[in-house]
Amino acid sequence: MVDIRIPIGLMFSIVGLLVTVFGIFTASDSAMYEKSLGFNVNLVMGLIMLVFGAVMLFFAFRKSKQRKEDIENSI
Amino acid sequence: MEVALSWIDYLIMMIYFAFVLGIGWFLRKYMKDANAFLEAGRSIPAWVAGLAFISTNLGALEVMGMSGSGLKYGMLTTHFYWIGAIPAMLFLALFMMPFYYGSKARSVPEFLKLRYDEKTRGLNAILFAVMTILASGISMYALAILMEKILGWDFNVSLWISALIVLGYTYLGGLSSAIYNEVLQFFIIVIGLLPLVFLGLQDVGGWSGLKESLVPIAESQGYAADALQSTWKYTGQATANPLGVEWYGILFGLGFVLSFGYWCTNFLIVQRAFAAESKVAARKVPLIGAIPKMLVPFLIIVPGVIAIVLLNDPGKNFILPVDEAGTPIYDYTIIMLLKQYLPAGVLGLGITALLASFMSGMAGNVSAFNTVWTYDIYQSYFRGATDNREADEKHYLTVGRITTICAVLLSIAAAYIASKFGNIMDFLQTIFAMINAPLFAVIFLGMFWKRTTGHGAFWGLLMGFVIALLHHGLTSPEGSTTLVKGGWIATIHTYPVEMAQNFWTAIIAFSASTLITVGLTLLTKKKKTDDQLRGLVYSLTPHEVDTDMPWHKRPMSMALLVIAILLVLSIIFW
Repeated sequence: MVDIRIPIGLMFSIVGLLVTVFGIFTASDSAMYEKSLGFNVNLVMGLIMLVFGAVMLFFAFRKSKQRKEDIENSI
Repeated sequence: MEVALSWIDYLIMMIYFAFVLGIGWFLRKYMKDANAFLEAGRSIPAWVAGLAFISTNLGALEVMGMSGSGLKYGMLTTHFYWIGAIPAMLFLALFMMPFYYGSKARSVPEFLKLRYDEKTRGLNAILFAVMTILASGISMYALAILMEKILGWDFNVSLWISALIVLGYTYLGGLSSAIYNEVLQFFIIVIGLLPLVFLGLQDVGGWSGLKESLVPIAESQGYAADALQSTWKYTGQATANPLGVEWYGILFGLGFVLSFGYWCTNFLIVQRAFAAESKVAARKVPLIGAIPKMLVPFLIIVPGVIAIVLLNDPGKNFILPVDEAGTPIYDYTIIMLLKQYLPAGVLGLGITALLASFMSGMAGNVSAFNTVWTYDIYQSYFRGATDNREADEKHYLTVGRITTICAVLLSIAAAYIASKFGNIMDFLQTIFAMINAPLFAVIFLGMFWKRTTGHGAFWGLLMGFVIALLHHGLTSPEGSTTLVKGGWIATIHTYPVEMAQNFWTAIIAFSASTLITVGLTLLTKKKKTDDQLRGLVYSLTPHEVDTDMPWHKRPMSMALLVIAILLVLSIIFW
């Protein structure tokens, strides 16, 4: 019906990109990251989400490609 | 106390809202009949249903309540996840799912109809419907009040917006939309709360630093040095551990009666397995769910345990709001931690995680209510199925859609009642939760003893409930000031803690229900023939043999893996 990995992958890629870029732009703002004990959590979590989103999309596309090939082979 | 969110936090939330509604929008074209809308066409892959199974349970009250319990009881709270969930989930997967799924019943009440009779189904369906609306109303209220107190959002606005988003995607895509979104929500909850665990542990000096800091706190409360970081070690005596319950109370109350009642019979949860694409997939759903379930404590209980240390160290500036009576509001632990550690950006992600947990719980309630109302109440008592299957499917699809709107509106009404008469709602919810233990007794006897009769089941269910009620009315926890906690008839026994009272209510309800069902069964005549019971009762059904599958794909191998992880966790955190 629908491969849920596609929306999950898309959403985490978009949010991941957003948070990563935000992390890069705010990297010099040490007052902001005082709360998080000096860690730039935005950069870290942004990259984690980007990787997670990409992995989800990779598996979703690999599966849909496989399905297409199966259909072509059967014809 | 209020935290100001910045534009990026709101932007993250908006992206999330767009995706949940988008999933519903995308699925709407598949909603051609009632089967697709109310049962997800029985086409959901096992891993999707398995994650949804856990996500539905991970509602807002669960996340808020369990991190609060982590703060109150320390690592003992993990009993609710390990012994208090895993054995029941294994039992559901290995022994009950083949009958539930194989019976083709569309709901738990319908299973009761097939196995017993109409009156047993009717009783269960009505109690379940009421319980579901109460639960979703109360969690909606809890979320809106949290957002008002901590984020300064208007109570009405956050209540209506969150409810309407859930309505939007469940109306468009039915159960499928609820399930697919639960998977998305599960990952958001994990990723949103992850930085909290990492930063919290960093702040208290890692796991070993956390354990060291807990020692003086446990000692000052009068417990052994490592009482807050142990799970089973101090359960020899109720007074030696913060939970206030002995090991056998935990084992039988939580590990057996409460958890089997919840995980094996609560349609809200098992509906996810009913929607699986095949019988093997349905049996795997609880097993797949069991693995993340065992790891969730690290995400929501450990932050609560970290909060114990923060609260006892004035240098950390960690504050937990108190109510009018001056007692800390434990349920606010998680959001206060988000506020403590997360800067703009990840803060929005953390708040989105809370919203996601609320929505997964509420959508679960709405989709379960829909199915029970449409099939077990409307179809049985208002308009039965006709010969024209196609017209029926269309008709019940419309009914399901209208029911979705009604369920959300009723939940909103329940949320407003909770905001005006919070005690009454808490009381009602406590009472309706008492239905689970007798229900488990009745379904268990039905599946494993072919003699069990409809009369026995009906009276067992009803009287088990009534006796649980009487027990609650006649006992109260130590120091309770309101009748909501029990003792509203007279107090003939006082429990040291509320937890012990809950455990014993469930144990007594289960035992009474079992005795009454067995007793009446022996006195009444069996009406269903063996032929009618085939597929519903253990001794009359061919047993599952999985020899055609490679060993690592068999449900039994997965169950053994789950048991191994459970044992390792129990030993490490003994």
